[in-house]
Amino acid sequence: MIISVASGKGGTGKTTVAVNLALSIPNAQLLDCDVEEPNSHIFIKPNIDNTSPVFIPVPEIDESLCDYCGRCQEVCEYNAIAVLKGAILVFPELCHGCGACSYLCPRKAIKEVNREIGVAETGTKGNLQFGHGRLNIGEAMSPPLIKAVREYSNPVRTVIIDVPPGTSCPVISSIKGSDFCVLVTEPTPFGLNDLILAVEVLRKLDIPFGVVINRSDLGNKDTYEYCAKEKIPIMMEIPFKKEIAVLYSTGIAFTEQMPEYKKEFLGMYKNILTKVKKP
Amino acid sequence: MEKICVTSQGNTLDSNVDPRFGRCQCFIIVDTDTLEFEAVENPNISSGGGAGIISGQLVSSKGVKVVITGNVGPNAFQTLQAAGITVITGVSGIVKEAVEKYKKGELSSTQGPSVDKKFGMS
Amino acid sequence: MKQIVVISGKGGTGKTVITGAFASLAKNKIMADCDVDAADLHLLLNPVIKEKQEFRSGKTAVIDADKCVRCGECVNICRFNAIEDSGQYFIDPVSCEGCAFCSHVCPVKAIEMKENVSGEWFVSETRFGPMVHAKLGIAEENSGKLVSIVRKKAKELAENNKCDWVIVDGAPGIGCPVIASISGVDCALVITEPTLSGLHDADRVIQVTRHFNIPAKLVINKYDLNIQMSGKIEEYCENNGVQVLGKIGFDKAIVESMVNAKTIVEYCDGKTKKDISDIWDKLEKNLS
Repeated sequence: MIISVASGKGGTGKTTVAVNLALSIPNAQLLDCDVEEPNSHIFIKPNIDNTSPVFIPVPEIDESLCDYCGRCQEVCEYNAIAVLKGAILVFPELCHGCGACSYLCPRKAIKEVNREIGVAETGTKGNLQFGHGRLNIGEAMSPPLIKAVREYSNPVRTVIIDVPPGTSCPVISSIKGSDFCVLVTEPTPFGLNDLILAVEVLRKLDIPFGVVINRSDLGNKDTYEYCAKEKIPIMMEIPFKKEIAVLYSTGIAFTEQMPEYKKEFLGMYKNILTKVKKP
Repeated sequence: MEKICVTSQGNTLDSNVDPRFGRCQCFIIVDTDTLEFEAVENPNISSGGGAGIISGQLVSSKGVKVVITGNVGPNAFQTLQAAGITVITGVSGIVKEAVEKYKKGELSSTQGPSVDKKFGMS
Repeated sequence: MKQIVVISGKGGTGKTVITGAFASLAKNKIMADCDVDAADLHLLLNPVIKEKQEFRSGKTAVIDADKCVRCGECVNICRFNAIEDSGQYFIDPVSCEGCAFCSHVCPVKAIEMKENVSGEWFVSETRFGPMVHAKLGIAEENSGKLVSIVRKKAKELAENNKCDWVIVDGAPGIGCPVIASISGVDCALVITEPTLSGLHDADRVIQVTRHFNIPAKLVINKYDLNIQMSGKIEEYCENNGVQVLGKIGFDKAIVESMVNAKTIVEYCDGKTKKDISDIWDKLEKNLS
């Protein structure tokens, strides 16, 4: 089973919920798909036993075969190839790796070579399996790396996915195919505004979901009213406690020091099991 | 005769030089002898990525030998260089004046990109 | 005219609250919200929309079922697994990367590329002056391009109105939208919080600013939640040549101001207001 943990807005406690949920349930695997800013490892401190570079295929042109016909440039939607009089240039950082140019080259002058966009790492901490990705600095294309991290999904474990914030392509790449999604929010106008966007995404993807309200005692009641009106289940509330904030700041998963919350996360997990679509 | 291209904010010789190359408003392609010119609206202003590259190809296809502009990024520079086009950066003011300065030999070519990539996006 | 972008790497560090405060403090400026994926600045500034434009970006493949002969060639070549089969082939627009490969290989020309309308952008008026902002459609990509449009429009308005500042609420993360948010600005102000994740993410986003040669400065928000960690961040900044422009304490009034749809500068007169005002003054002095 795959449970993704997402939030429209960043900084609502998505990583906190993903990490503590993974630590509170049996037989879990935590995959941090926030490859731009991966944070789960800070709290898990896993022993990384495998680091693999992740590549996308980009064209390389054999100029001895090329007759500068311009077909590759014409089929490239991303302006990654420029054909000039007697010269051809490839701009690998613009390439999305679709493969059209090499396939359609009439002289078979294009082969594909790997370009690294980041690394995927896996490891363990106790019984917990862990995986995440790190996007290289200056790199714009995260979905292929997210896909690589998700390929580590262990089908016999409960996979918890830490999803990047927002509603755009990296979010979809991370959430798609989940059995359930936990949306983490805080009861502030910003939190609610972004929660509504995230709810739209999940409805579009047709994935069952519920809400965790973090720092539940700061802000106002609008988020609760919204959830009631939209019939969205509130799975858990976490109050603002300085103790939690301080543990977070030093990179400690708070259930490690406040084990009473482990029961709450386990309870939420059991609740999720009842809400997952049966095949 | 020699054909040169000046990036421009408008479509006349009296327009201002556009500081961007790939996403400039307009390419003014001038015959330095007669000052006859063609104004080509830049179709690549809102291109998702690679504006410098396709703009480089566009001016190359017009047969120009020199590009005069404010700045070029690395991708555009590479494209123009591969097309055998001389690049002159750091130019501002009116297009006509830039052409005059070029004719008097007051402008010198640049050996590398003058700005980082993504410059013209803002 | 100077352009400032407020970024954070990590979300929820107070980027928008501080951008909102700058809207109250700066004179003669254009505000721009480049967090197009989960925009919040409008909740503080309450913009009245004056001009609305469609955002067109990228293309999506569409299969004409009447022409399709079900040869399966498109399925074979698509690397994004975007072609689904429910008795007839159709394209999942969420997975489609818009590469058009399928349209080139289809032997019966049954696949057409259609331009996406993937969002909207707005020019608005607020009680602090003009604002440019946008809304990216749900599950849409290319937010970097929309960010560029917002930036371009804001800059244009600032030039036409002879403004002194463009103040940009940047996108989170380190990817495409962030790169588009920071390109060509005069200063990137990184807001972080005194947590290990905050430091980790600030470090990554500062590396991005360096990659693109953008001068970066830093503010520690909620610094008193962990004084020791704040010290570590200051140490990091010193070692990396990043100026710490100021520190702001944890203040419940920030949430209250948000609930009241006010900037913190408008909402109360306490220490937080003074701290943020000092940061703005320093920034102003630094850049002029």
